[in-house]
Amino acid sequence: MDGVMNPVYRRRLLGHRIGIALSVLAMAIGLGFLAWILFTLLVHGFGALSHTLFSLDTPAPGSEGGIRNAIVGSLLMVGFSTLVSTPVGILAGIYLAEYGQNNKFAAVTRFVTDIMLSAPSIVIGLFVYALLVPRMGHFSGYAGTLALSLIAIPVVVRTTDNMLHLVPNSLLEAAFALGAPRWKVATTVRLRAVKAGVVTGVLLAVARISGETAPLLFTALNNQFFTADMNQPMANLPVVIYRFAMSPYEDWQSIAWGAALLVTFSVLLLNILSRTLFRQKNPQ
Amino acid sequence: MSAQDAAVTQEASQALLDEASQARLRNTMRTQRIQDFFFHKITLLFAASVLLVLVGIIVSLAIGAAPAFREFGMQFIARAEWDPINDQFGALIAITGTLATSLIALLVAVPISFGIALFLTEICPAWLRRPMGTAVELLAGVPSIIYGMWGLFVFAPVFGDHVQPLLKKTLGLLPLVGPMFQGPTMGLGILTAGLILAVMIIPFIASVMRDVFEIVPAVLKESAYGLGCTRWEVVRKIVLPYTRTGVVGGVMLGLGRALGETMAVTFVIGNANEISWSLFAAGNSISSTLANEFAEASSPLHVSSLFALGLILFAITFIVLSAAKLMLLGMSRKEGVK
Repeated sequence: MDGVMNPVYRRRLLGHRIGIALSVLAMAIGLGFLAWILFTLLVHGFGALSHTLFSLDTPAPGSEGGIRNAIVGSLLMVGFSTLVSTPVGILAGIYLAEYGQNNKFAAVTRFVTDIMLSAPSIVIGLFVYALLVPRMGHFSGYAGTLALSLIAIPVVVRTTDNMLHLVPNSLLEAAFALGAPRWKVATTVRLRAVKAGVVTGVLLAVARISGETAPLLFTALNNQFFTADMNQPMANLPVVIYRFAMSPYEDWQSIAWGAALLVTFSVLLLNILSRTLFRQKNPQ
Repeated sequence: MSAQDAAVTQEASQALLDEASQARLRNTMRTQRIQDFFFHKITLLFAASVLLVLVGIIVSLAIGAAPAFREFGMQFIARAEWDPINDQFGALIAITGTLATSLIALLVAVPISFGIALFLTEICPAWLRRPMGTAVELLAGVPSIIYGMWGLFVFAPVFGDHVQPLLKKTLGLLPLVGPMFQGPTMGLGILTAGLILAVMIIPFIASVMRDVFEIVPAVLKESAYGLGCTRWEVVRKIVLPYTRTGVVGGVMLGLGRALGETMAVTFVIGNANEISWSLFAAGNSISSTLANEFAEASSPLHVSSLFALGLILFAITFIVLSAAKLMLLGMSRKEGVK
């Protein structure tokens, strides 16, 4: 074994072992933080879960309360944003996939979509504020919905575009050979073939906007009372979490933990759901 | 089929297609052409709306920011003063906070992300790959406000009580970098915000790195193994050089995220409009200033200055993200020729 254990070999082996060990350590750090955050949420949030949390509105400090108005507000705004961003995103995605080859305009649109995917969400909030709030004279659920939609649309556009490119050309050519017009091929053949992938994109977009706080601060703001009127300032989970967590009152902080637990696990569940759905339909 | 046969069949089908059905066919084709025309234009319209939003953002921020720039000139960017009571504003404190926290985040996140990507592509046994990958994606899915809460209530106290005193006793005594690790150890501040940001951007950088590592042709790696390289050497000398632009693109993408992150930073940065050499000191970033002050700003100049901050933030992130995107585009072209 002389040749094998020479100093050069030993040094290289040592370098290899250190490198691999550091890599495993990095993975452990990543998992550790995830576990730490989820554990914290469970410990603090579980105690706050009770039926009053879901049946009462946000209280004044010191009195009993829950987050019913915030849950309803979040559901309304996220729901309407999904209704707006899904068709817009899918149609724009179809354009990019259908007419986007060797097309400068489509290339620019793709580029901008990718940038909007990571653009600071607080700037979107500023934009919607400047667009709507001074004109309407008050904060409103509509403004919040618009801000969330603008964040969701690029997610849907990008996944739709990517998914449509997975459809084999032979399938499209078969449809064209039967005499189907382009719009029919694009919608009933191509889009349909990747339905699961597009739904994944929509679910990911919903997961993304469910936790967004910054764009709602200047648009929907908050509302202490229950309202289903989209023209009013509207309570929503993220902003309630922000306000209550930053407050000095312990009962408010406890409610914030309960809301945080609710939001995080819904978002993570949506994430997992969309991924398993996609994998079931596209086993590789 | 001979030419004569073909002629006969054609004649037969001609006969079948009488006048009426020919007219019907022409009609159908015309309606379909019209439908296709509208389909093209409608989808084009929606694609254009994405561009329109970008233009709208730039224009509305510029209009909102105009009074601040008119009052303070381009000096606004370099003024280290933020005093809502006396209507004196400048962006330097917020810009410094944003850049400092993002750079700290990158310094911490890049090596860890690299390790994770390496683990997921080269080391992890196949059956563990999917659950590990999902776990990293979940870390990316946790809303930023949750990072903020966790940072404020859990991480900051631990960090202030145990880690900061330790840093003060070790790094704080060094020349040059010493002053950066001095000051009161209260747990909140620039350094804490940078570390929380690091945890947030790790999954983004790691997943880009993993994707680009996977496009390295197996032949290249196998040749290196064939020459007797260890796995670490293959990564250092084959995978990394091959994917260099992609890796840098991923890092820039993470930087773009860190620059614009709002809620996590707002919770832990301490919200003080001061500049200090100490990383333990409280500060403010562009996004945290906006989150804290925008809804309460009353003087028009204050509102306009906040818009100006937003415009600066958007410009910085736009440049960083464009650079990232261009680098990753170059990388996917490489994938095409594989």
